[in-house]
Formats: sequence, structure tokens, C-alpha cells
Amino acid sequence: MSDNNFKTHISVQNLNVHYGKNHILKNINIDIPDKKLTAIIGPSGCGKTTLLKSFNRLLDTSQSPMVTGKVVVNGENIFDPKVEITHLRKKMGLLSQRPYPLPMSIYDNVAYGPKIHGLRGKKNIDEIVEHYLRKASLWEEVKDRLHTPAVRLSIGQQQRLCMARGLAVEPDIILGDEPTSALDPHSTQSIEAMFNSLKENYTIIVVTHILRQARRIADYIMFMYMGELIEHGPAEQILDDPKEKMTKEYIQGIIS
Amino acid sequence: MKKLRFIEEKIFRIIMPLATSLILLSLVLIIYTIVTKGMASLSWSMITETPKGGFYMGKEGGVLNAIIGSILLACGAVLIAVIISIPIVLYMNVYQRGNTKMMNLVRLCFDVLWGIPSIVYGAFGFTIMLYFGMKTSLLAGIITVSLFILPVIIRTMDEVFKTVPKELLDASYSLGATKFETAFKVVIRYGFSGLMTAILIAFGRGIGDAASVLFTAGYSDSIPTSLNEPVATLPLAIFFQLGTPIPEVKGRAYASALILTIFIMVISIISRYITKRFNRYK
Amino acid sequence: METKSKVSYYRVNKNRYAKNGMMVLTILACSLIVLIVVGLTIRSAPILFSRPLSELLFSTEWKPFKGQFGFAPFIVGTFAVTGVAVVIAVPLCLLTAIYLSEYASSRVTRFVNPFIDVLSGIPSIIFGVWGILLVVPFISKYIAPLFNVSSNGYTVLAGGLVLSIMIFPIIINVLLEVFKTVPNEMKDASLSLGATKWQTVKKVLLKRALPGVIAAFVLGLSRAFGETMAVLMVTGNVSKLPKSLMDPTYTLPSLIANNYGEMLSIPMYDSALLLASLILLMIILFFNIISRIILVKIERNYQ
Ligand SMILES: Nc1ncnc2c1ncn2[C@@H]1O[C@H](COP(=O)(O)OP(=O)(O)O)[C@@H](O)[C@H]1O
Ligand SMILES: [Mg+2]
Repeated sequence: MSDNNFKTHISVQNLNVHYGKNHILKNINIDIPDKKLTAIIGPSGCGKTTLLKSFNRLLDTSQSPMVTGKVVVNGENIFDPKVEITHLRKKMGLLSQRPYPLPMSIYDNVAYGPKIHGLRGKKNIDEIVEHYLRKASLWEEVKDRLHTPAVRLSIGQQQRLCMARGLAVEPDIILGDEPTSALDPHSTQSIEAMFNSLKENYTIIVVTHILRQARRIADYIMFMYMGELIEHGPAEQILDDPKEKMTKEYIQGIIS
Repeated sequence: MKKLRFIEEKIFRIIMPLATSLILLSLVLIIYTIVTKGMASLSWSMITETPKGGFYMGKEGGVLNAIIGSILLACGAVLIAVIISIPIVLYMNVYQRGNTKMMNLVRLCFDVLWGIPSIVYGAFGFTIMLYFGMKTSLLAGIITVSLFILPVIIRTMDEVFKTVPKELLDASYSLGATKFETAFKVVIRYGFSGLMTAILIAFGRGIGDAASVLFTAGYSDSIPTSLNEPVATLPLAIFFQLGTPIPEVKGRAYASALILTIFIMVISIISRYITKRFNRYK
Repeated sequence: METKSKVSYYRVNKNRYAKNGMMVLTILACSLIVLIVVGLTIRSAPILFSRPLSELLFSTEWKPFKGQFGFAPFIVGTFAVTGVAVVIAVPLCLLTAIYLSEYASSRVTRFVNPFIDVLSGIPSIIFGVWGILLVVPFISKYIAPLFNVSSNGYTVLAGGLVLSIMIFPIIINVLLEVFKTVPNEMKDASLSLGATKWQTVKKVLLKRALPGVIAAFVLGLSRAFGETMAVLMVTGNVSKLPKSLMDPTYTLPSLIANNYGEMLSIPMYDSALLLASLILLMIILFFNIISRIILVKIERNYQ
């Protein structure tokens, strides 16, 4: 990879994904920078979600697609059969397009991950829950009703809860699949602010189809089209001075 | 010509509600008959005493043996069936989620099993009994009834667990949870109302069925003190005691019919309430 | 990855063992069908091998003491009672289901639904008691004189009548599901061409849903074959071929239920009764699987 002098966190090498006869991801190669926010942009159906889900191997759970190539995280190919999938996923938090709170209380939503990974003791768990709810700037709004069902929260609050839930298992990577597309402007703003403060400590990869959002939060951008990675580079360069014709047209709104 | 179709429309608009009312009326008639007949013989001693002097001839006593027997039998059978069916339903909807073709075949299997009548389960239970050298007993009854309500529980639960969104499973996986943890901590909670409804429906089937326990449970005038003793159930109490010429014994049958109907109505009301109320976490 | 603690391997292994255990359990539960068929076949083998199948199926002589086991009266009886039940159920269920899905307001459906639910939960034995108390005397007093016959009321008709009520709920519920799969646009198209609602029902709804309607009734039929207690209590149980609706009859389930007590005291009797269960099971599997397959296909097309 050319001119970049950043540290690589995730290295995608010749990644191909097929669903039956459909070639969904076509030979993707990219090094994703460490402790930066990378935005994946591109028209819908171009394979953004598929790429994101291949990082934490959530593709495995649907009608098993054929995957070839490598995704190397911390020096290890995640498709290696020896890799324990739950370890891998613990290292990557996921925010989906719509929030899916677990069918339990607000408190238990955050405590779920740490408890599964062996955290015991009410005091420890209380602390963790409060810490991450604060980090997701939700604590003040919910501290008096921690034990009510999480589904009673507003959509925006639910998404922040999902953020807290994801952070509570101490990942180093955060994946977001259009995480603000179902939210009101206020919640969108608070999620974006969170991304901006989290990128000092986490590698963040966010799929977005809103170019202005990419401009607001991204350090690095990759543009995809029809399953191919067309261009990638620092955010300003991609947005202001794209090299490829296709990228230019997408940014000008000619293709969408 | 043109008029004919409007006349046809009118006629059907009248006979359709009539057909519906006829069906409702049949239910009302059944309940009315059972209640009026049963009330005449229902008394305090009927539900607090076991029959005195032989269930077929003795005029004294009540049907407590059958009430307790039915509850024991149904509870035992539901317990066994639930313990078996929860892993199966979770396997179908968590581990094999997405494997639609295979699961449709499995569902077909359970639907077919559901369609096998209880008398055949009874006959099958009887062959198992002979095979293991068991006698007619509470245990043999429980095993037979649990087999017969197993598909009911599985398919009723399955219909609810099918609706768990894939994204919810993914959310749990992305926290590093295994499928096992996701199944037992997330999916069960999501489908809790389904589990409860399934239990109630199966309990209703179990408590009301006579044909499956005819061969296997035996019959007894006393309340069983162990799993190896024969047991009376309400449906059997109805069936056997209806055949006597003695009015008091017949009365016991009618009272049993009323008690059984009340059980079934209560179960139906509770399960309506549950499906309305228990979607707390959804 | 780095921290592969012992705890997590425990979790991972637990997951793997659980998966395998659950798979085995599922396979076992599914193979219950096979187990039942095999179990009953083994038990009925003695009688199956001692007499030609044609004699067992077509002879009308049922004299266990003399070793004569002709199942024809019971097979015919089963079909007769079930046939009557379905004939009664077809128009009533169709009209009701069409009414509930196409005509009735949501207030009416919300009122009717609990009734159908309760009806489906009422045990067979209760239907039997009701049959004895109401249907049997009614037939004896009012229906039989209409046909100039004297009858005690324990008849094919009584069995069919009681049975039809028992299968209403399942047929109606399946019909409602099937009707749901007919797209509203198709009905609207028909209505906008000036067809009356009933014409639309006839030409669009019923035509489109015909396989499902058939499946619903076949399913009800297969349910009716196996109903035991209620039928046992109201059909009189005489092992002769019934000649009319006003004759008593004896069905396969009744035969099994009524004679289990003596089955170990007469030679071959137990084998004969388990053969009766096997015949019943085969009839039911045949109809049940057909209707299920139709329904699965319909659902798949709908999705
Ligand atoms: N489970 C699946 N089976 C078959 N095709 C799929 C599956 N998931 C996604 N696809 C196909 O992959 C392509 C990319 O989908 P996706 O990654 O969701 O795109 P994006 O997120 O960019 O909108 C689409 O054409 C979609 O139809
Ligand atoms: Mg997407």
C-alpha cells in the first residue's frame, strides 16, 4: 500500500465472497488504519454490510457463503479454522442499522457480555454497567430505571445502549453498519460525538451512505461499487480530490 | 340476469353469519349441558373425597383421586416434554437457523407426529410397557402422555421462536457469546410467552386426554403415593363411571366432566392473558 | 488472539457438546414416527403372518374367540363416521372461514376467535358426554322417526355429528391461514371490475386457495379418523357393516379403546388390536402427510 505511514490494524487480502452464483465481494485488498475512523461509502447493495460482517465472521450465521482470501487482525488470519470465533467477536463491537436491545433490562443488556466472559460479583458488575452507560452518555437518562426492559427506551437511547453494551466487552475495534440511519438528529449527533471521542482508543469502521456524515467523522474513507473496492485514502483526499472517475461521480451525486 | 348475482350476494351475507353462529352455538350447548348436569352433582365432598366402596358401585365419596391423578399425570408429562423440547426448539432456531430446507423437513415431522391420534400413542406406550415389563402406573401414563404432547409443545414454541430476528442473534454473537449462551440467555427470554403458551396448551391436552392413558395409567380409587402405582384421571373417571346404572356414580362422572371443563376454560383464559401480557421484553 | 483463558475454552466446549446433544435429541424426536411404526408392526407381526392380508382387511367376520379377525367393519365404520363429519363440516367451515376473513368486522372476529380457541381445547371425552346427553337422545327421538326407523340414537350419524364439531376449529384455523395467502390486490382487481363480493370470493379467493382448502379438509379428515373417546361413546359399537346413517357402527379407535382390557387373555387378540392401531396410523399418516405437503408448498409460494 502506497504512501501511508499509519499502523495497520486490519489487513484485508484478496477477499472474495460468493453467495451461490453471485459474486458479492470482488477481490478486496486494503489495510485499515489503527485507531482511526474508517468510513465505508458506496451505493446500497454494493457489499458494504457484507464486508463489515466478514470482519467479525457474522457471515457464518446466514446461508453459508463461500469466502476466500484473508482478513488479518493482529497478525492472525481470522478465517483460520484454529481461530476461536467468540474471541474474535469479543474484540469487535457491532452497531447495527437498527438497535436490537437484548430481551432483558437495561442493566442486564450491559452486564450480559461481561458476565458471559466471566465477570462475577455484583459490585464489579454495577461498576462496569455505570461506567459504560456513562461512556455512551446514557447514564443520566436511565439511572433511575436500570431494571426496566430495554425495549421501552426510545430508538436513539436504544442505539446508545447497544454502544454501551458493545464497549462493555472491551473490544479494540468498533464496527458500525449505518448506525445512525434510524435515529433522530439529536441521537445521531450524540453517536457521532461518541465516535469522535472513541477513535483515540479504538479502531472504528463505519458504513455510511451519508457523505456529510463521512466528512464529519471519517479519517479514512473507502469507496465501494458493485462489490469492488474502487478507491481508498485519507478522507479529505477522497472527498475533495478523488482519483477515480467513479468516485468523483458518486461524490457529485451522479451515481447513487 | 344482473339481479341474480345481487340476490346471491344477499343470500350468502345471511347464511355465512348463520353458519358461524351455529358453530358458536354448538360450543355454548356443550358447555351448557356439561355445566347444568355437573352442577347437580357437584358438592364439596365431590372434590375433597376419594370414592368410597368401589368406584363402580359405591355411592359415597368424590373424585379427588381423579383430580389429583390428572394433575400429577399432566404435570409430570409436561415437565418431561418441556425438558426434551426446549433444546430441540433452540437447536432448530439457533443452531440450524438459516438451514430452512432441513428445518422444514423437521417441522413436517413434528406436524405429522402432532397428527397421530392419542389412541395410537396409547397403543405405542403399551408396547413400550410390555417391552420393559412395566405395569400400568402413573409413570407409564406420564411417559405416554409426554410423548403425545411433545410435538404440541415443540411446534407451538417453534412458531414463536421462529420470529426471533436474526439481527438479535447477531447482536449477541458480536458480544462474543456462543450459540449456546445466545440460545439459553437471549432466545428463551425473547420467546418466553411462546414457552408459556406451549406449556399451557400441552397441559390442557395432557389433562383432557383419555385414549392415551387408557392402556397405560390403570385406574385406582386412591391417590397414588409412588410413580409405580396405578392412577385415576378425570377423563377416565368420566368414561368408567358413566357406564354404571347407579345414579350417584353417574353423578360423579358428570361432576368430573364439569371439573375437567373448568380446568380447560381456566387454562384457555390464562393463555389468552399471557399472549397479551407477556411480551414485556419484545 | 491473545487471551485464550481456560474459562472461555470451557464455554466453547460446552457449546460444542450442547450442539451435538441437541442434534441427537432432535433426530431422536423426529424418528419417533419410525419408532411408533416399527413398534406397532413388530407387535402386530404374529397376526399379519398368520393370515393373508386380504382376509384381515376385507373379511367382515370379527370373532376373536374363534380366531377370526376381519377388520372390514371397523375400517368401513371409521370411514363412514369420518365421512359424515366432513360432509357436515365442509359447508359450515367454509362459510364461517369466508365470513371471518372477508366479511366480518374486526369486532366480530375478535369475539368469535376465543370461541374457536376454546372449542379446540375441549377434550374428546367431554364431547362424548355431551353426545350421550344431547345428540343421542335427539337422534333417537326426532331424527330416527323422520326416516321411519327406530333407533336408540347410538348411530353413525351421532358419531359424525359429534366428530364434525370437534374438527371445526382445526379446519377453520387452517382455512383462515390459507385465505391470508391470497393477495388483496387480486381481490381488489376483481371488485373494481364490478364483481360482487361473493363473486370475488368464488372466482378469486376460492379458486386461488383451492389446494389449501382441500388440504384443510384433508387435515380435518385425518384428525377425525383418530378421534376416539367421543366416537366410542355415541356410535353403539356393533361390529357389523353399517347400512345407513341410522345404524350403529364400530370404528378402529373404538375397537382399540374398548377391548384393551381383555387383549392379553385371548390368543392373537393383542396382536389384532395393535394391528388395528397400525392400520389406523397408516390411514392417518397418508392423509396427514398429503395435507401437510400441500400446506408447506402454499406457504413457500406465499413467502
Ligand atoms: N444472505 C445473503 N444471501 C444472498 N445474497 C446476499 C445475502 N446478503 C447479501 N446479499 C447480496 O449481497 C449484495 C450486497 O449486500 P450488502 O452487503 O447488504 O450491501 P450494502 O450493505 O452495501 O447495501 C446484495 O446484492 C445482496 O443482495
Ligand atoms: Mg447494508
